[in-house]
Amino acid sequence: MLNLVLLNAGIALLGAGLGTGLVALAAGFGIGKIGTSAMEAIARQPEASGRVQLAMIIAAALIEGVALFGVVVCLMIVLNNTTTPA
Amino acid sequence: MLGNLHQKSIIHFIILIIFSSFYTSVHAAESKEGEPFNAGDMIMHHIADSHEWEFAKGFVAPLPIILYVSGDGFEVFSSKRIVKTGQYGDFVYDHGKIKHLDPEVSVYDFSITKNVAQMFLSIILILPIFLLVARNYKKRANQPPKGIAAVFEPIIIYIRDEIAKPNIGPKYERFMPYLLTVFFYIWFNNILGLLPGAANLTGNIAVTAVLAVITFIITQINGTKHYWGHIFNTPGVPWWLKYPLPLMPLVEVLGIFTKPFSLMIRLFANITAGHIIILSLLSLIFIFKSAYLSLVSIPFAVFMNFLELLVALLQAYIFTLLSSIYFGSAVEEHHEPEEKGASQSLI
Repeated sequence: MLNLVLLNAGIALLGAGLGTGLVALAAGFGIGKIGTSAMEAIARQPEASGRVQLAMIIAAALIEGVALFGVVVCLMIVLNNTTTPA
Repeated sequence: MLGNLHQKSIIHFIILIIFSSFYTSVHAAESKEGEPFNAGDMIMHHIADSHEWEFAKGFVAPLPIILYVSGDGFEVFSSKRIVKTGQYGDFVYDHGKIKHLDPEVSVYDFSITKNVAQMFLSIILILPIFLLVARNYKKRANQPPKGIAAVFEPIIIYIRDEIAKPNIGPKYERFMPYLLTVFFYIWFNNILGLLPGAANLTGNIAVTAVLAVITFIITQINGTKHYWGHIFNTPGVPWWLKYPLPLMPLVEVLGIFTKPFSLMIRLFANITAGHIIILSLLSLIFIFKSAYLSLVSIPFAVFMNFLELLVALLQAYIFTLLSSIYFGSAVEEHHEPEEKGASQSLI
């Protein structure tokens, strides 16, 4: 019985850890794409680098916001991870 | 000449290392004798709100606790009496929550907690600065501003010309006070939260919720018929999504609520996550119980602190930008579809 309870708690923590990792991976991938296109744009037209940089920072912050939604959810899983024996 | 520059940068580097060594003492872990170091508890203690203000290990400032018991009225006492002992009079203190001894009686907690006191301090900082700026503008009516107003003028003009005007259009002046207030409020509070011993105000979801709710209220109050028309009768959408099952209006109405919700979560999560990262890096030293790890951990934590300074400004900017975009969509006038090639996109 206790085994099952601890297994549930362990699987929840596993889920939280994997979730945060996946979120970080996705955010890194997305912001990497933004960085790539921003750098190509700046290389193509150095005069526009100010505006391109600004747009890149804004898009990166928005994606980071979404990534942090995921982090908040995983944090809530970890913090509220109490299981009551059935 | 190059030799001078080299020496200067070495001195700067040494000063940086010396400053970063001060971080160990301020974030010292508070644990009872004999208990193993619990990183999670320490981090949560630093991030969460509390009824007393602990500036550093040993310097605890008690804060007033103000409780309202329906029927008995207000009770005010210092938090010194209840936090350590756990009970005072009719009230029990359990992990930050104050309850009445009698479980039937509900107690409403209006205390000046750490975050409220931090808010008062930041108001004491922000209000004189901006009153001085306003007075400077009034006194020097047609001249360029001098002194502190000259410091804030480029920022104010940036908010007006790059954030408010492009997104809101010709009616931007109505919203400028709120946009300026929210920008500087979030920025100042983010930065103040990074100081050692300060409270984490914008990392409190209640504070960001209030800011998001205010944005929500202003958006809805200023919504034109055009705006509500777009929500309940979105143009360009096939008729079978609106009638008989109003799917599109449902999605749009949900969108009204998810936008401020995302504002709230974004600010809260960014600031809280930043604090957690810095505290985790420093608590690594205590987990591994190795002083040599500090050679790696402290520079990393200093770097994260600088990143948090950037995030402080960026999150204030993003909140203001998105608020102005929502205001712009609310006051948008009906315009005919533009000719191809005639539209000019900013940003």
